[in-house]
Amino acid sequence: MTSTMFPKLRTATTCLFWLAVWQFAAWRVASPLFLPGPLTVVVRLSELVQTAPFWQTAVLTLCRVVLGMLWGTALGVVLACLACTGRWLDTILSPAVRVIRATPVASFILLVFLWTDRDQVPVIIAALMVLPVVWGNVVRGIRECDPKLLEFAKAYRFSRLKTARLVLLPAVKPYFLSAVTTSMGLAWKSGVAAEALVLPKLAIGTQIYNTKFYLETADLFAWTVAVILLSLTLEKLIALLIRQSEGRPVA
Amino acid sequence: MICLEHVNLSFGEKQVLDDFTLTIPETGVTVLSGPSGCGKTTLLRVLAGLETPDRGRVTGITPRETAFLFQEDRLLPERTVLQQLTDVMDKAHRADAHRWLALAELTGEEHALPRELSGGMGRRLALVRTLALGGELYLLDEPFAGIDLPRQHRLMAALKALNKPVVLVSHESEILELADHVIAFDGPPLCIL
Repeated sequence: MTSTMFPKLRTATTCLFWLAVWQFAAWRVASPLFLPGPLTVVVRLSELVQTAPFWQTAVLTLCRVVLGMLWGTALGVVLACLACTGRWLDTILSPAVRVIRATPVASFILLVFLWTDRDQVPVIIAALMVLPVVWGNVVRGIRECDPKLLEFAKAYRFSRLKTARLVLLPAVKPYFLSAVTTSMGLAWKSGVAAEALVLPKLAIGTQIYNTKFYLETADLFAWTVAVILLSLTLEKLIALLIRQSEGRPVA
Repeated sequence: MICLEHVNLSFGEKQVLDDFTLTIPETGVTVLSGPSGCGKTTLLRVLAGLETPDRGRVTGITPRETAFLFQEDRLLPERTVLQQLTDVMDKAHRADAHRWLALAELTGEEHALPRELSGGMGRRLALVRTLALGGELYLLDEPFAGIDLPRQHRLMAALKALNKPVVLVSHESEILELADHVIAFDGPPLCIL
């Protein structure tokens, strides 16, 4: 019991410390326009959550980010498998994925906005941010698969499918899971940034953009906290699914 | 008749097999003995089709007809003891998995993962997995490493009961005494003494 209590106590203490720092800074600035205090933000957030548009907005943004993550993950895995099947495919695909990784997200947002309607942009942008991370990790996982086990599979007459299932998948799994966890934050950041630039009708990014017209800093903070909470919830959900798939007890 | 005919194989500058010719006894257990690094493992790997000779050929057997035990256990880290066996067996023979486990004296460990096994247990599992795979020629690279003597005797008896040619590499004198045939080597390049 003590071993589980201490980390929780430590987390709570850390949170309280940073909330105190925030409150102190807000008190020093003494202007909610520039820096609202944590209490002001909590009050504003509690007002927002009582309205139906908040939930519609949050759910739609969540859907866009999750859809982008799924597309990015699926494409990343497929491209990584293709890159590992032949050197020439790797030669073709590697520079393209590196360009995607290096291109500023704002350039992509504006470019994709020219090609498709505003509701699709955050999905595509989130997918484009997730893709290189998943691709890189899966390629690394496949390449670092134990060659001795691959030789074993050959000597024991495993089919390609069986080799993939029993030898490659377990080797790639930790790299893949790490990529999914890492890229989730990127998907949220880029997805909401895309919403703030292309302004879909119901979107957290649009709400964040709107706060600047009326200098509603408390709203800006409240929506930001909403994004953080949604991101953390999704992260916990994925961790839970991973634990269940591994047959480990849920923490 | 299983033969290696005028086989040449080198790794870079190192010539391991140089115009090497050998006929494998068609019955019983043949033990290959010789100093470490003389080329015994390479010989087994050529027979299993895991190495392609630079020149010469293997006749009387195809790689698909061999069952090869590697010098290391090469157990799949995420598969249980029972799954290690069923993974290499065809559906019709999977019911025999428990018989192989009994031979390896691993009954009761069906659900253990390789990391939970001792060195000897892992080696016994790897050995019976090769036997469960089945073949017309069994090629076993140091199958008894880390296994105690009474178990070595019991496993050797099981190998003899297969009624298929078995070629194994061993350094243990007790195994040499139990073998039907012993071929002593020196090298590299590999040569019969």
